[in-house]
Amino acid sequence: MQQSKTQFGYRRHPDQERAGGNAAEHPVVVVGAGPVGLSLAIDLAQRGQRVVLLDDADRIGEGSRAICFSKRSLEFWDRLGVGDRMVDKGVVWSVGKIFHGASQLYQFNLLPEQGHKRPAFINLQQFYAEAYLVDRVRELPAIDLRWRNKVTGIEQRNDHAVLNVETPDGPYRLRAKYVVACDGARSSLRQMVGADFAGQAFEDQFLIADVRMTAEFPTERWFWFDPPFHAGRSALLHRQPDDIWRIDLQLNRYADPTVEKLPENVRPRIARMLGHEQFEFEWISLYKFQCRRMDKFIHGRVIFAGDAAHQVSPFGARGANSGLEDAENLAWKLDRVLKGTSPEQLLESYAIERSSAADENIRESTRSTDFMAPSSHQEARLRKAVLALARDTDFGKRMVNGGRLSVPSVYETPLSTADVDDWHGGPRPGASMLDAPIAAREGSAAFLTEAFIRAGMQFTLLAFANGAAVDAPEGLGVIRVGGNDDSDSPELLGVRYDASPGSAYLLRPDGYVAARFRHPTRAGIEAALARASGIN
Amino acid sequence: MALSTSSNFASPDDAFRAVVEAHRGLSDEQSADLDVALVLILANHIGDLDVLREAIELAKRRMTDAGHQQQQQQQ
Repeated sequence: MQQSKTQFGYRRHPDQERAGGNAAEHPVVVVGAGPVGLSLAIDLAQRGQRVVLLDDADRIGEGSRAICFSKRSLEFWDRLGVGDRMVDKGVVWSVGKIFHGASQLYQFNLLPEQGHKRPAFINLQQFYAEAYLVDRVRELPAIDLRWRNKVTGIEQRNDHAVLNVETPDGPYRLRAKYVVACDGARSSLRQMVGADFAGQAFEDQFLIADVRMTAEFPTERWFWFDPPFHAGRSALLHRQPDDIWRIDLQLNRYADPTVEKLPENVRPRIARMLGHEQFEFEWISLYKFQCRRMDKFIHGRVIFAGDAAHQVSPFGARGANSGLEDAENLAWKLDRVLKGTSPEQLLESYAIERSSAADENIRESTRSTDFMAPSSHQEARLRKAVLALARDTDFGKRMVNGGRLSVPSVYETPLSTADVDDWHGGPRPGASMLDAPIAAREGSAAFLTEAFIRAGMQFTLLAFANGAAVDAPEGLGVIRVGGNDDSDSPELLGVRYDASPGSAYLLRPDGYVAARFRHPTRAGIEAALARASGIN
Repeated sequence: MALSTSSNFASPDDAFRAVVEAHRGLSDEQSADLDVALVLILANHIGDLDVLREAIELAKRRMTDAGHQQQQQQQ
């Protein structure tokens, strides 16, 4: 049942021949080749960095684990050159339905508007995502991916760290200017630096089963409160590729995991839910979850990202997606610091932006979990009232919390330049760029997110034409919209950015808005650029 | 302070009576169910988180004060 999808070989590296006192030095060592570590390594390599990527295993694919990847993650993966493979294999969805008992309470659409390259979500088993990322890594000689390399110790120095690495051939040492720990919820690097990992543990247990069956359910997220097949508790049904369905059942907090996990005990529950027995198990897992985060994401020369830094409950698809947002946030900053184009303090903005995003994700997923598993009689009573009111009232529906799905955070950050002009819409500084159709001409980008990739995934000026030339500083990517320039300006783009002729947005290399101007001047753009680069 | 604590009903006795009568004949359990539904409906009608928070604070303060007085009487 728990098949290993892909196996990789351990290979001895010349670094291992060096004596301990003469360890090889690398600019960046990333620990953990999961979705976050792989994506970070690719982004860094595309920006010209050499990356050593260590993983203690030699395979991927124990169960599907993360399955929902957000639009934001897909746009990041587009920049890494793997978006198409993910979307081609994944199942696209945007509609969720919430049921109470046997009947539907309401449904929601996470992307009701047209004009985006990517859908709200795809579902894709984590092992496919990892396999595609590994394939991309193989195309990039700047990434040195070493399987069965387990970090067993770290020494922090002033301007680098020394890692002890265990391999099948014995131990060796590596020096790194920066270490990025993407080694998951049970991060051993977190323990090695002695960091705390405080938060809230939930008592309720959930059973995840991936079952293989052919079914005619639509590609939607279905969530039940108190369904007839699982009285008093919650259930979730979600489609994955290959005729695999994710089923999530809330269990009683006293259930014995070893007993509940046995296929003969899981089978009747699923059969009750589906109304038949024509299915096979792919993966069964029982879990309790925790919502917690590290107090500080940066410890000396070690930077933490993904589950190693923060953990959430799975309701809301905020685990892997927030880890990928960490990676896109960190990559360009670390690249600039290593190149010396930004001071080291730029990395502090990673900690500021991503720890507040972690707080938001923890808050949202804690609220969902508390709603699903009320912890007192009075909380249960409140939930019962909300579910009852949801039948006839709009406000009741909106209070029903069956998971609030991941959207990118808006950063309150020292990198943003506050608006001075009047704006009545559009992404404000600190928000992520919104996609929109950009041009219909042959050979040119069809969407803004594609134009951003073509402009080099660097600091980029999105300029709405007014007939005058844009006085952009050297080295800045430029996307010109409208006028006689190289792209058309369909209505939608202007509306989404509340643009008037001459308006300009300064986008960061991760596609977040750094500043915007109704009447851009070279001095204004330069000041915003310096601020967003951590130079001030 | 956004929460209005001046008397807003033309006939406060009618309002109080309406709530009392709503609870008539209900078990404690049913009354508690009615109360939470009422709280949610009225909170949404107000639609202002600051007002709601002030109301919660006032209600809690009254509760503590009442508990205090009760304790003092018992002494």
